[in-house]
Amino acid sequence: MAASETSSETTLRHAFGNVLSFFILLLIGVLAFSIRLFSVIKYESVIHEFDPYFNYRVTQFLTKNGIYDFWNWFDDRTWYPLGRVIGGTVYPGLTLTAGTIWWILNSLNIPLSVETVCVFTAPVFSALASWATYLLTKEVKGAGAGLTAAVLLAMVPSYISRSVAGSYDNEAVAIFALIFTFYLYIKTLNTGSLFYATLNAIAYFYMVCSWGGYTFIINLIPMHVLLCIVTGRYSSRLYIAYAPLVVLGTLLASLVPVVGFNAVMTSEHFASFLVFIIIHVVALVYYIKGVLSPRMFKVAVTLVLSVGLVVCFAAIAVLVALVASSPTKGWSGRSLSLLDPTYASKYIPIIASVSEHQPPTWPSYFMDINVLAFLVPAGIIACFSPLSDASSFVILYIVTSVYFSGVMVRLMLVLAPAACILSGIALSEAFEVFTRSIKFQLPGASINSQVSAGDNISDSTMAHNDMAKTDKSEDTLKERPSRKNRRKEKEPVEQPSIRSRIEKRLLVLPLEASILAILLLVFLGAFYVVHCVWAAAEAYSAPSIVLTSQSHDGLHVFDDFREAYAWLSHNTEVDDKVASWWDYGYQTTAMANRTVIVDNNTWNNTHIATVGTAMSSPEKAAWEIFNSLDVKYVLVVFGGLVGYPSDDINKFLWMVRIGGGVFPHIKEPDYLRDGQYRIDSEATPTMLNCLMYKLSYYRFVDTDGKAFDRVRRTEIGKKYFKLTHFEEVFTTHHWMVRIYKLKPQKNRIRGKIKKSKSKSSSTSTKRSGARKKNPWH
Amino acid sequence: MRSICTFITVLTVLPLLCHSFSNENPTDRRLLVLLDDFSIKSSHSIFFLSLQSRGFHLDFKLSDDPKLTLQRYGQYLYDGLILFSPISDSFGGSLNLGAVLDFVDSGGDLILAADASASDLVRNIATELGVDFDEDPSAMIIDHTSYAVSETEGDHSLIASDDFIQSDVILGKTKIEAPVLFKGIAHSLNPANSLVVKVLSASPSAYSFNPNSKLSQPPSLTGSAVSLVSVVQARNNARILISGSIDMFSNRFFTSAVQKAGSTNKYKKSGNQQFVTELSKWVFHERGHLRAVNVRHHKIGENDEPAIYRIKDDLVFSVEIYEWSGKSWEPYMANDVQVEFYMMSPYVLKTLATDQKGLYYTSFKVPDVYGVFQFKVDYHRLGYTSLSLSKQIPVRPFRHNEYERFITTAFPYYGASFTTMAGFFIFSFIFLYNK
Repeated sequence: MAASETSSETTLRHAFGNVLSFFILLLIGVLAFSIRLFSVIKYESVIHEFDPYFNYRVTQFLTKNGIYDFWNWFDDRTWYPLGRVIGGTVYPGLTLTAGTIWWILNSLNIPLSVETVCVFTAPVFSALASWATYLLTKEVKGAGAGLTAAVLLAMVPSYISRSVAGSYDNEAVAIFALIFTFYLYIKTLNTGSLFYATLNAIAYFYMVCSWGGYTFIINLIPMHVLLCIVTGRYSSRLYIAYAPLVVLGTLLASLVPVVGFNAVMTSEHFASFLVFIIIHVVALVYYIKGVLSPRMFKVAVTLVLSVGLVVCFAAIAVLVALVASSPTKGWSGRSLSLLDPTYASKYIPIIASVSEHQPPTWPSYFMDINVLAFLVPAGIIACFSPLSDASSFVILYIVTSVYFSGVMVRLMLVLAPAACILSGIALSEAFEVFTRSIKFQLPGASINSQVSAGDNISDSTMAHNDMAKTDKSEDTLKERPSRKNRRKEKEPVEQPSIRSRIEKRLLVLPLEASILAILLLVFLGAFYVVHCVWAAAEAYSAPSIVLTSQSHDGLHVFDDFREAYAWLSHNTEVDDKVASWWDYGYQTTAMANRTVIVDNNTWNNTHIATVGTAMSSPEKAAWEIFNSLDVKYVLVVFGGLVGYPSDDINKFLWMVRIGGGVFPHIKEPDYLRDGQYRIDSEATPTMLNCLMYKLSYYRFVDTDGKAFDRVRRTEIGKKYFKLTHFEEVFTTHHWMVRIYKLKPQKNRIRGKIKKSKSKSSSTSTKRSGARKKNPWH
Repeated sequence: MRSICTFITVLTVLPLLCHSFSNENPTDRRLLVLLDDFSIKSSHSIFFLSLQSRGFHLDFKLSDDPKLTLQRYGQYLYDGLILFSPISDSFGGSLNLGAVLDFVDSGGDLILAADASASDLVRNIATELGVDFDEDPSAMIIDHTSYAVSETEGDHSLIASDDFIQSDVILGKTKIEAPVLFKGIAHSLNPANSLVVKVLSASPSAYSFNPNSKLSQPPSLTGSAVSLVSVVQARNNARILISGSIDMFSNRFFTSAVQKAGSTNKYKKSGNQQFVTELSKWVFHERGHLRAVNVRHHKIGENDEPAIYRIKDDLVFSVEIYEWSGKSWEPYMANDVQVEFYMMSPYVLKTLATDQKGLYYTSFKVPDVYGVFQFKVDYHRLGYTSLSLSKQIPVRPFRHNEYERFITTAFPYYGASFTTMAGFFIFSFIFLYNK
């Protein structure tokens, strides 16, 4: 009687818990979506930064021309004159996702523009990512931890920085794909279901479509499988979770044009194949062990080991020789710079020059994951009690992602979900301990709670806040395959339940301490929320094409970039070529619709080095380089008037380095005075005569009469000079973008110098001296 | 995105040509003649008459005419300018050094004649055009071996030269037999200057010095460095004739008999008239002016210009080139016109075949490289206007379905995968029902 009563009561509580968690999840989704709308509210519904403009342009092409034209798109507006095969060099996941959303909305007669869809793709997917986090954490530590982790992820600043509305970049969908793939892997691992394994391969395929970071998955999962094998946790579930993923996942990955044969050829994927072999060997060993008698097994082992080792060594030797024969050992530059953090700065300035490829500073950890940094260790400890396949995976995930985030600030993004999951586990465990302590000590509740604690002891692996409790006590009723493994564990636990009940009593903390601790945890959470909202509103919402500055006389808006791009699109011929540093390539093609020489897809180092060389050369040599590339206009970004620090003068040393890396006549020391980069009167003559200096500071003295550069906080070195081969055609309102036109070749060639200006000497030798320093010839 | 693929013809030179040389009515052309005094009009009348008879309107003005102007409301009033005013130090009206140079830069043609004691203005104009007259204002060209024989043994400053440039385009097809009489100042050219061409050179024994003073130090200009008459073709194809002697154009020199010192040949008439007339024909674009039209290309077997080519396409390229004969556009005949298929460097370089009616054509296979290519015709020949045509055309790689579907060498792999599939099927069948 009493038993049935309790069971119906628990069913009710269970149903109530489910409904509650459903609504909590819904609210988490709303939170994740709405916290990312600050950028739209504070600025406008506009695509942000650099790469998103390219993605936006590709999406426009996709929606206009269809998927086959997108696949075969040869873009002749970038990398002039090389062009770029967009279809084969882009991760199409994001574009296809947004294109599909747009197509569905349009066929439902919801006429949203492509831009709107692109702007809001990232917030929508961050809601999905929070739900995926819930699922993943629930598989690891129960629904309570899942909900906590989902809340944390919904507003973790690191992820917000890449997924505010308008930040239409690969990471926006890739983080969801990453977490969801991990969830399906854990789910397969817990259930041993081939259905989930197949889903896992498909989720992995989506991840491969979306982001180059998929190599993280295809290395992390094999590492975990290896860990399980080594620690004696091999099971058929592990085999089912892993083997189909490798086979199907690799097949699917090689369907993505940008990956193609890389899926089987490069070292990034090597680990998965090695572990694939190992898991088969282990499976065979387990099988034979079951078939043979122990004695026969020993004989077989010695036989197989001696033969197998020889074969293995031979195979490994061949593989190593193959890999070693390639100059980079089969690794791509970006992967190598992950494994060896000093690699990029030594060999590939183009990777090192990107600010998001720099190692992060300590404050950026606090900025990006805030209190999670302190909760993660507690979460790791919670994962160890007890250690399951799933929790060991989470531990492995956090350990590797902490390392990667230490190498590149941009990979903080991979760390964020792991930190959220572990912090969620830590928080929910802590709450569980404290609330239980209070519950046991509340007068009049002790008997009931003892009973319920007894019910739940079997689920000691689970997290125990209120909802989790009801959920877990239903295990036996639900007959879900996911509990199979847990039931195995249950049996030994059941017998010493009395002992564990005593232990439970011992774990109870003093009432006052518990209440205080709960309060402190709530404060911690509140602090986190406040920080996240501040980060979303202030730090990460600026679209970077529109800048604002708050000064004593009100808000200033700097809309110079769009002003310049609009000028280009209205005042230049449609086939004119615009040269600028590669940062502005994507924006120029997307907003001004003009052909550019280099852009943010830095696939051709030589081409970028050519532009860098031109920018670092004196005017005439630069003119020749640009002329040989059919350039009509040169665009430079200059922040000296308004104090915009990420302008071309501050990036200039990278242009020198990258240019000098290919064309050795550009030497970095020529631009430095005693190792210092300066543009004041102490600057070297090479610096003062290079094109970048001249284009940035031309007529600058006219603004205030002193030519005071507000970014470098100094007066410039050379104030009065004329341009001979370039003419200024447009300078934006705040001088942030300056556009110059290449002057045509002189119509006449002057004779000898006769009491005339000095410039004639340079023009009269134009033909003869030409082409010498031009890297194209 | 269609607009991206659409290429635009970039004819860099032709629009500039139209300034100087209107293709619609190239015969009705006006020239401004600036004179130091009107006596030159009669003393050089043969030259002026020959111009008028060829259809030019001549507008004679004194160089210090206060109403002198070349343009009105931004339009040039003249197609050419003849400066027969070697000694005037400044022009009247709005005309000055800058105005003359602007006139040239916008395509106007120019004949500039200097003389001994030429003004700084004339020298400066010449310098800006790439010709340096001897800086000594009193110097003249003197030649003691190839002077023109006359009754009085003079100072040998009247020289007879027959060292012409070998160019049918500039000097006409008929060979100039008689030497040209020249009395004036010498100039030199910068050898690095590719635009200026020496038409009449002095003999190796010529030098430039003041004939009335004693030769105390070596003269600055001697021998073959000395040029007597030069022509310039600016990059916009404006043509300029610069002569150190205004007398070269005079009736007296046109009609006088000439005998070169040391030569027994005595000509009844000097070569001046023929030389000057032919040169003026060249300067005023009656000869050597090329025009390229109808730059076309298409795939073999098609007629429309595609917006984009694929690698390994076979294509036909054609261009029509005509030359102005003074009255009409005649087909230009040559066998050395080449086209480049160019992307940072030429991938294809082919000589064009011609049908002798002005059409030049060739066909070739697009190289196995994708990118944004250009058809380039860069045709620069002595005396002819330069042709620089370029037409941009992107070349794309194969589409995903343009590759071969089945490759013979891959048949073992197809076989392997299909046998594996079949084997797996049979295995599953046996495994499941073998109980």
